[in-house]
Amino acid sequence: MINLAGRDILHAWGKFIFTGIGLGLLIGVTLTMAGVYRGMVSDGRILLDNSGADLWVVQKDTLGPYAESSSIPDDLWRGVRTIPGVAQAANVTYLTMQVGKGEQDVRAMVVGIAAGSPGVPGWPPHLIAGRQITRGHYEAVADLASGFQLGDVIRIRRNRYTVVGLTRRMVSSSGDPMVFIPLKDAQEAQFLKDNDAILMQRRRTGADPAFNRAGTPGLLDAIVASQTSNRSVNAILIRIHPQFTPQEVADPIQRWKRLTVYDRAQMEDILVGKLIATSARQIGMFLVILALVSAAIVAFIIYTLTMDKIREIAVLKLIGTRNRSIAGMILQQSLVLGVIGFVVGKITATFAAPLFPRYVLLIPLDSIMGFFAVLGICVLASVVAIHMALRVDPAEAIG
Amino acid sequence: MTLPRLSGRLLALIAVIAPMLALFVYAALRSGPLAPIAVTVATVESQAITPALSGIGTVQARYTYKIGPTYAGRLLTLEAHVGDRVVAGQVLGEMDPVDLHARIGAQQAAIRSAEAALRQAEARRAFAQTQARRYEQLFAVRGTSEESAAIKRQELALADAAHVAAREDANRFHAELDALRALRSSLLLVAPVTGLVTARHADPGTTVVAGQAVVEIIDPARLWVDARFDQISAEGLAGGLPAHIVLRSRPDQSLPGHVQRVEPQADVVTEEMLAKLAFEAPLSPMPPIGELAEVTVQLPELPAAPAIPNAALRTVNGQRGVWRLAGEDLAFAPITLGRGDLDGRVQVRSGLAAGDRIIVYSDTALTAGSRIRIVERLHEETP
Repeated sequence: MINLAGRDILHAWGKFIFTGIGLGLLIGVTLTMAGVYRGMVSDGRILLDNSGADLWVVQKDTLGPYAESSSIPDDLWRGVRTIPGVAQAANVTYLTMQVGKGEQDVRAMVVGIAAGSPGVPGWPPHLIAGRQITRGHYEAVADLASGFQLGDVIRIRRNRYTVVGLTRRMVSSSGDPMVFIPLKDAQEAQFLKDNDAILMQRRRTGADPAFNRAGTPGLLDAIVASQTSNRSVNAILIRIHPQFTPQEVADPIQRWKRLTVYDRAQMEDILVGKLIATSARQIGMFLVILALVSAAIVAFIIYTLTMDKIREIAVLKLIGTRNRSIAGMILQQSLVLGVIGFVVGKITATFAAPLFPRYVLLIPLDSIMGFFAVLGICVLASVVAIHMALRVDPAEAIG
Repeated sequence: MTLPRLSGRLLALIAVIAPMLALFVYAALRSGPLAPIAVTVATVESQAITPALSGIGTVQARYTYKIGPTYAGRLLTLEAHVGDRVVAGQVLGEMDPVDLHARIGAQQAAIRSAEAALRQAEARRAFAQTQARRYEQLFAVRGTSEESAAIKRQELALADAAHVAAREDANRFHAELDALRALRSSLLLVAPVTGLVTARHADPGTTVVAGQAVVEIIDPARLWVDARFDQISAEGLAGGLPAHIVLRSRPDQSLPGHVQRVEPQADVVTEEMLAKLAFEAPLSPMPPIGELAEVTVQLPELPAAPAIPNAALRTVNGQRGVWRLAGEDLAFAPITLGRGDLDGRVQVRSGLAAGDRIIVYSDTALTAGSRIRIVERLHEETP
């Protein structure tokens, strides 16, 4: 029994392979697009993973600290620490801002981490080079995506920080690389105004006779000092004891400290469900369009391939080949085309993914689903071609 | 013979398909979640480490002399300007004495008048003494009445008392003159020490309240750094420890110093410990007061113990530890940490022994079932 499909492919294999590669590039784009969506969701999850927290304590009735701004006094953690079930509590600040290095600047999420040692919630959980922060001031751990190297001196507001460690894939939910600096510096960076603004503020305060009293020397200085200092953080990260449930710990904090507390599931809901919902839908829409276009192109290619050899099919019919064999040939060719396309697509997507500025996550489940979708589309596409081939008049072989 | 032609085509097809399949398998297994995680491995070594504490502070003068009037008044002259070097006892300025000169003149006149009154009292007393003595003699020979003699005695006693009153009056006026002169000299603003003028708060003609500083003087040879250390990383901070001080304006210059004292009272609000660090040698040029300084306090070297880089620390299920390589398998080893130094080496109290192989850097978070790929380094430095 001769495999008609195999024979035919061998006959014009160059054309066949190139068609498959062309189709593969299209499938590659589709897979990459799915990867972009997965990457966005993964960025959100990784942000939560990297914080190392079980609970997030934020300002009452806000969706902080990632989706909304939240501000709480920095001594509140002591009270939270005493709630039963809290194993660790640490202040944290998040601020997306421009971080300068020499002439350039990079958009980054500056994370202020509480003093202590690695393992305190908020600290980078793992590094790829360098070391963790050991000094209480002016050291930074930066993500590789920021382009900073070990030993670089970066500029945040008016202070300079030395990069002592590097991380990979520590990004905010919008894909900005993270730069970890000590909390006290970050508090200053977050609320510190530029020198001109401070000077003007001083002058304004000085011009107010209520503050600048001749009979009370020192009053003005005290007021100016209190205006330029900052005692706020964005959230308290909590790690709970394993024998407590998040709810058991969260309830007393919500009730007695009058703060809002989110657990991991709620936080994920905020990040994935609210923060990236629109962009995810945008990408989903694009994915659907790409899938439809791919399907149309596959159908068109199979149809053209069949039409190209309509004479040969007529000859086959003339010599009495069974319809099943002819249909089988077209279906097999179509499936082989799909497999080649998928293989090329998967390879393209894998090698193209690291080139994207944001993380592209290709998960095996997506690939498997993609594979079956491609096969399904190929089968559907071959139906039209089979229909055409079976209707061909054997007389065409001669005529 | 069609077979060789066909097999040629087949070979060509295989030549295209085979690398493609190989690439596909590579892509499926070597990237994405199925790929092994690249890690670097280090061996735990027993090392002596020298812990150090890092803090920041501001340059402050150990002694600041705020010189101002003790009474409210108007500033008459002020010769001292910011940056001037002054010596102890130098007159820097003067408050307006207003009517003090006239009051001293009046007091001097009053003294002269009191002295005249004293001379008058002395004359009276001398005469009364003479009279009293004469009448005593006359009475002794019965030349006068007892009453007359008693009157003369009384006159003498009165004259004595009047003399004492006049003398003490004169003393009082002298004392009052001294007081006015003291007041007069207190209106002079005098430098109590040799030093540097750092502030001039008022100019002549300004009315200042009692106790308000007009000029501030510091001793430029006695500067120290008012440093703050986070409480959580200030273990071992004590007086006498050597330190390095880096001023913000001289980032490449590490100045030697030592901890003068650790303040017994910590900052409750900022959760910091306060300490004063002295420079080993006076600085020239003098750094401005209030300049930011980074300080590093060197603690004594600790005996050798297994030490790991702090980048190796991970937290799994709330426990701190490291991933240990047992053969090819990963095992999480919870550890207790000792002290660390500023270069990121931490001593391990328990949980690891020297010679253990541990994971230092990893591309992503590890689990016990992770497939790993050991590499030399995870990140190539771009030159």
